[in-house]
Amino acid sequence: MKSLSRALPLLLCLLANGVAAADALEVTVRRSFPGASDEERRTRLDQDEVQALCSKHRNRPPADVAARIVESQLQTIRYPEDGKLLGDWRAGEKLASIGTGGHIGRIQPDPADRKKGGNCYACHTLAKKEVAAGNLGPSLTGIGTVRGNGPEAVRYTYQKIFNAQAFFPCSSMPRFGHSGWLTPQEIADAVAFLLDPESPVNKD
Amino acid sequence: MRRIVAAALGLGVACGALGGDQSASEAIAQYRQMLEDGNPAELMELRGEELWTTPRGPRNVTLEQCDLGLGPGVVEGAYARLPRYFADTDRVQDVESRLLTCMTTLQGFAYEDATRAWYKAGSDLEALVTFIATRSKGQPIDTPVKHAKEVEALAVGADFFYRRSGPLDFACATCHSQDDRRIRLQELPNFENPASARTSMTVWPAYRVSQSAVWTMERRLIDCIRQMRYPEPELGSDAIIALQVYLQHQARGGVMQGPGIKR
Repeated sequence: MKSLSRALPLLLCLLANGVAAADALEVTVRRSFPGASDEERRTRLDQDEVQALCSKHRNRPPADVAARIVESQLQTIRYPEDGKLLGDWRAGEKLASIGTGGHIGRIQPDPADRKKGGNCYACHTLAKKEVAAGNLGPSLTGIGTVRGNGPEAVRYTYQKIFNAQAFFPCSSMPRFGHSGWLTPQEIADAVAFLLDPESPVNKD
Repeated sequence: MRRIVAAALGLGVACGALGGDQSASEAIAQYRQMLEDGNPAELMELRGEELWTTPRGPRNVTLEQCDLGLGPGVVEGAYARLPRYFADTDRVQDVESRLLTCMTTLQGFAYEDATRAWYKAGSDLEALVTFIATRSKGQPIDTPVKHAKEVEALAVGADFFYRRSGPLDFACATCHSQDDRRIRLQELPNFENPASARTSMTVWPAYRVSQSAVWTMERRLIDCIRQMRYPEPELGSDAIIALQVYLQHQARGGVMQGPGIKR
């Protein structure tokens, strides 16, 4: 009991300091975007639980946190109404190159109805003919040849694009379906671009 | 002026080279070499110097008594030691923020007038920052982390670097915490790696070929944040200044090269 009474002030002090540091960041963020509307703050600056956890752990979550993220993110996955997870690879190919949409602010905003793409080429090599491909993510050239396009491969690929953190907690990849950036149909098209044997990802 | 014409011709050659199998970074390196004595940023530097030394504003005074951290009027080496804490404003300021303090307090400009269209190519702020940064050429980055507010800004800046939000879950760290990464063909600095941080931070402000404009570090960061699909941060806001404290800290010791040339 005596040791607890000695330890308690120290513990409180440590907790208070941790909270103070986190508060300094959040106060700074709140103050630094005075032009943002309430809606923009809610959707673009406020963090959901996963964003907060990944930020706190600098994308290296301890095992228990990682397991919690996987569990909660698997619950978020939704499917197209027609149930078809393998869409049109040509539509998927177009989405892979579109990097516009969703920019706000007064300097260089997008029109509100501008098409949002997957911008896959920003981070991945896909069809060999597109040489301007980034390397933040792994090369996916020939992935359909390796994985095939059976139901399991199709389902996993769909889920991975819908919410990458259901498999890789704190992955760098956007949760395209969960955020609503891409629709379930668009994700099915991206799946086809990756897995369809006729797609240039697998053909050339 | 002849230099600028040569620069324009150089651009044509470099763009032509992009079509071949030469990598974009090699083409830009070649372009940089051609411009060694004639970076278009030099025009901005000259204009900035003129703005610094010309009496302007409602009070019709120059900026030559502006304190950029090393004492009133000292420009030499000031940029390499910013952002830093200033007692008169009781906050940590970067070069833009400090210039605005001087323009409003010394020259009597209204804040709205001093910041009007600051993000457009050729703005006064861009010219002044280019002039000030050029006067740190050859000096090592040495941003102070002594005052309590400087210490706090460094911690906040580092936390902000890793803070994920928005529809794409992006943080600065998403693209800038690994070596040898690219978005499409654009090479990305890794700010966790001091060598890479130095390579990047020592060449801003930079003439951006794609924009035909000189961009300051703050302008660059605000655009990164736009690309992350965040709302637009305020010019000189604490988040952007804290982030620069962190980036300068990562790059400390890097020798300022003067205005660079970027894609």
